[in-house]
Amino acid sequence: MTTAVDTDLYGVVEDAAAYLYVWALKDIPQDLRDALADAAARETSIPGQRVLNTILKNVQVADDGGNLVCQDTGIAVYTCRVGERFPLHPVRIYQALKAGTERATIEHPLRSNSVHTLTRENTGPNTGYRLPIVHWEFIPDWDGLDVKCVPKGSGSENMSFLKMCVPADGVKGIKQFVLESIVGAGGKPCPPGIVGVGIGGSADYAMYLAKEAIARPIGTRNADPHVAKLEEELFQLLNETGIGPMGLGGDVTVLNCHIEHADTHMTLNPVAVNYQCWAARRASAHIGSNGDVDYDREA
Amino acid sequence: MAVHRLTFPTTEEAIRELRAGDEVTVDGHVIGIRDRTQIRIFDQGVEPPMDLRGAFLLHTAPGVRKLGTDAEGRGRYEKVCIGTTTSARMVRFTEPLGERYGVRAICGKGGFPDEAIEPMRRLGMVYFAIVGGAAALETTQIEEIEEVAWEELMPECLWKFRVKDFGPLTVGIDAHGNSLYHDVQAEANRRLEGILERL
Repeated sequence: MTTAVDTDLYGVVEDAAAYLYVWALKDIPQDLRDALADAAARETSIPGQRVLNTILKNVQVADDGGNLVCQDTGIAVYTCRVGERFPLHPVRIYQALKAGTERATIEHPLRSNSVHTLTRENTGPNTGYRLPIVHWEFIPDWDGLDVKCVPKGSGSENMSFLKMCVPADGVKGIKQFVLESIVGAGGKPCPPGIVGVGIGGSADYAMYLAKEAIARPIGTRNADPHVAKLEEELFQLLNETGIGPMGLGGDVTVLNCHIEHADTHMTLNPVAVNYQCWAARRASAHIGSNGDVDYDREA
Repeated sequence: MAVHRLTFPTTEEAIRELRAGDEVTVDGHVIGIRDRTQIRIFDQGVEPPMDLRGAFLLHTAPGVRKLGTDAEGRGRYEKVCIGTTTSARMVRFTEPLGERYGVRAICGKGGFPDEAIEPMRRLGMVYFAIVGGAAALETTQIEEIEEVAWEELMPECLWKFRVKDFGPLTVGIDAHGNSLYHDVQAEANRRLEGILERL
């Protein structure tokens, strides 16, 4: 049975999805702006400086003209934290997110990137079978809904890597795989960006964790001190490689390295790398059970 | 590292003046092209309905708004957001683009692997690195979408843009056998060996 409350909240979630998608594409978070400005200040190579100064100018032009920062509107990926007492069922939340994605794509208009994976024919306004992608987390004793939109471009998503290290490879194996992945990626994922690493769990979960890592506010550290130490170490080492902005050589190869972890099987040591480009777009909405919405670019 | 200004289409002579690392700003005409466009030309053997001699090709699938159709039924479009995609996927088309069609410059982001170096040296072509993701700025440098062919491949059509102050671009691979990407990758691999020894 669909109630009046359902109908209202459905509209609220659809509006929020449409707003978040376009907003994320136009207005990058302040922590990212600060990280890019810091990078420009410390880069010493001439092509690297040229790239970073152009990036800063581009962010300004996007602000001034109300245009998208990058033309690649990605595939819309949403992360939902649903309170157990939020009155709209996740089935309807998914429908609303899909409708909002379509509306934003048609109304703006945004480039529609979604295709059938075999025929390569377009499947709709940035939607299709199992698109958008939505990740779910369910929160006890809460009546709210948090929606985070992370439209990620293909240049960086194509630079995703998974290795099932073995326990004997240890932490060294994890570090080596991350470093080799980023050197191998060179300029293709639009460096300097955020290197997301997922460790532990299973093969699929490690990659999910890597994706979760790139969506964190930049420079935040994992609550587990062992993991936080590895984040710091890899951040330093990755910048010693000299790949530089857009792979043209320089001091700043990555803006940061974020790691998410899960406990794993005694015989597993999975490590996944998911690169996020410099245009690390994300935007969130906090939706109350009464339909109030707070938009939050920094979450 | 010199600074240049070039108008396209251009000549082999002008292209051979450029050296890897130089900064270049471009005026004139830019042809937008992408994966499916080149698959149609080279794998399906369909002749492109635009003259590519001396051309500057841009790896792009632009975001556009359709305005209507002209007298011949061809779509007219205005720009919304035009940016550049990763080039490496399309490296195998470099040699035939130069040899068969006389293309002089290919512009994209992320660079070409080493297999582009020799054909670019022999045929007098360059690879220009643009700043990937900087589409808001790039869009302001595109004055007009003058022509669109193969609309059924939307957005991977063959596009003709008129540009002004397009850049700054960096010569990533020049027509003398030099590639910044090769050099940066070799140096990064050397450094990586040292880092791995310390782990």
